[in-house]
Amino acid sequence: MSLFWLIVIVLAIAVAGYVVGRARALASAGGDMRILHSLPSYYGSNVAMKTAVPAFLILVVWLLAQPFYINGTVSQMIPESAVGEGSSLGLVMAEVRRAATGLDNAVASGQMTDDFARNARADFNDITARLKDAGQIVTSQITQPVMRAAQSYRIMVSTGNLIMSIVVILAAIAGGLWGLRETNKDFRARNTVEKGVRFILIAAASIAILTTIGIVLSLVFNTVEFFRLYPATDFFFGTTWSPSFSGRGGSSELGIIPLLWGTFYISIVALIVAVPIGLFAAVYLSEYASPKVRAVAKPLLEILAGIPTIVYGLFALLTVGPLLLSVFGDGGLGIMKAGTAVMTAGLVMGIMLIPFVSSLSDDIINAVPQAMRDGSYGLGATKSETVKQVILPAALPGIVGAILLAASRAIGETMIVVLGAGAAARLSLNPFEAMTTVTAKIVSQLTGDADFASPVALVAFALGMTLFVVTLGLNIVALYIVRRYREQYD
Amino acid sequence: MNQMLNTERANNMTDSKISANKVQVYYGDTHAIKDVDIEIQPRSVTAFIGPSGCGKSTFLRTLNRMNDTIDICRVEGSIKIDGEDIYDPKVDPVQLRAKVGMVFQKPNPFPKSIYDNIAYGPRIHGLARSKSDLDDIVASSLQKAGLWEEVKNRLDEPGTGMSGGQQQRLCIARAIAVSPEVILMDEPCSALDPIATAKVEELIDELRENYTIVIVTHSMQQAARVSQRTAFFHLGILVEEGPTEDIFTNPKDKRTQDYITGRFG
Repeated sequence: MSLFWLIVIVLAIAVAGYVVGRARALASAGGDMRILHSLPSYYGSNVAMKTAVPAFLILVVWLLAQPFYINGTVSQMIPESAVGEGSSLGLVMAEVRRAATGLDNAVASGQMTDDFARNARADFNDITARLKDAGQIVTSQITQPVMRAAQSYRIMVSTGNLIMSIVVILAAIAGGLWGLRETNKDFRARNTVEKGVRFILIAAASIAILTTIGIVLSLVFNTVEFFRLYPATDFFFGTTWSPSFSGRGGSSELGIIPLLWGTFYISIVALIVAVPIGLFAAVYLSEYASPKVRAVAKPLLEILAGIPTIVYGLFALLTVGPLLLSVFGDGGLGIMKAGTAVMTAGLVMGIMLIPFVSSLSDDIINAVPQAMRDGSYGLGATKSETVKQVILPAALPGIVGAILLAASRAIGETMIVVLGAGAAARLSLNPFEAMTTVTAKIVSQLTGDADFASPVALVAFALGMTLFVVTLGLNIVALYIVRRYREQYD
Repeated sequence: MNQMLNTERANNMTDSKISANKVQVYYGDTHAIKDVDIEIQPRSVTAFIGPSGCGKSTFLRTLNRMNDTIDICRVEGSIKIDGEDIYDPKVDPVQLRAKVGMVFQKPNPFPKSIYDNIAYGPRIHGLARSKSDLDDIVASSLQKAGLWEEVKNRLDEPGTGMSGGQQQRLCIARAIAVSPEVILMDEPCSALDPIATAKVEELIDELRENYTIVIVTHSMQQAARVSQRTAFFHLGILVEEGPTEDIFTNPKDKRTQDYITGRFG
């Protein structure tokens, strides 16, 4: 039974519970709604809630737990000898899962009967040959233990799914009966439903938090896995980045420093462009511009924020790069070799960030009370004196926040880097040389046919983790600064 | 006290500090101030009273051209300070405001230290030759505002951390620091409790010796306590203007009488 149908069945039971519960409540009151403690729909909702919520909770937990259990059991079936030199249990298990999927597909396309696929005594060579015929073997040689493990993997998954369906449907029915039993005219259905609604809202809020935790955990586990295969000191202090996709990354050099340097260099160039321009634009818009100009200019500036970054990337590649090359390249100053460079990506990224800085700063400057301006003008200060000495200091915490937000956008930006800065990981001070960033390298490590158990692919998680820690640190610093100034200025 | 005030008033009647003639103020299409003529005496306190929306604050703000910061506001007629028309194109509103300081309804200290709040005006106008000069200006302004004893040991603390009454006296000290000739006060005590109000009123009375003060107030008792002359505004018109006790004891206009006896407003 597929997951979809399972969900439909549970929902159908819930709807039936609603109708029956409502009717039962009315019946217990002899058809007079006024005798009931709550409105009839609350009784129905109570039954529906008790049907659906526990059933779905069981479903979710089961779906999360089952793969862990099956993986654990199946991996015990694989003897030590089946794990080859330079390989790991994880890699073998990946093959087991692929073979199991292959069996599924072969059965689905009718090239193999289900009984045959399940048959543990079926001839190994025969089954492999048939899989090959069905075009379902894409990896290296499948060994006997792997095939046997794949067969039992398949069986366990389908039994697991069957048991899950039964348990979930039973839970739904039991919940519905429980709700119906409670239903009589004195039962406080409204209060129960209210509690249930609260629980559902809390659950929705928790999902956001749990997802974050989940993302971090998946990064952490994969990062730990990476460091088991590749020494951490080489990763953090290595100054060379040259992954080798052949030989399972055995000869790769995966030092993060050139990537971090590229990330920070490009971000700094971008911020040097975006912060002054954005801030000045914000000051103009909020303090100097007439309402008419502001009504036109602000949306125009914000259009910049709506342009997809890939378009900025094209702009970098086709316009800014060649333009810089004609000035700083061989025809001009001769310090730039190609259009893709830190400067190209940094400038374009800076342009992308201008609306972030200006729009946020504009809001913050507008939030400075008019009384401050009046006070300053009343003392005979000019506009620029007022802006410089009163408004900007008062708005500083917010502006720092806006800049740090722009900084984390810059650090996380990928497409402009890929197209504008090149793909060469390099440690250099020359802003006219091609460099690359952490994010761009995560993309290039994970696109392609790399196995997720090899260091060259797993390094992407370590890179992501590092980036995460860096931006987290940035946010903490931002919060600290903002709080410090707030103490001083509020 | 009254005796003294009266003689002083008689002495100063001759030449006025501010003289407004046929002043009209428009907000867009609204005619907010109509035909206001008033002479404001130097070194005295003039109170503007009247119901909300009568235009007294608007008129006050024309006296240092604060209305210039509002785009839709237009002023006609002539306002002269020491015989010089302040709406003359040659007059720089920035310099005018250094001469005509302003204190607002809500205390609005800058988000800076107490010292920097006071030093703000002198710094932007280049009034101090040296650091010690600036220190002297800050100290004497705070002394004149009666705040020195309370804050002399915490000049580097933020001005926003003081109590409301202290903040308002800080704002007065800030206005004094640029040595203005006129100080405009727009309901300076409306956000303060009675004790802080009493202190500010006392301060206004002391400042009268050196400055021309114009104060807008909603409290008739306050007008009676601090001012020598009172002007009553109603619906954008200056109804009556004269010595404070005459306005309160013997008003000429029916509307003034109704207002001060609490029949409307």
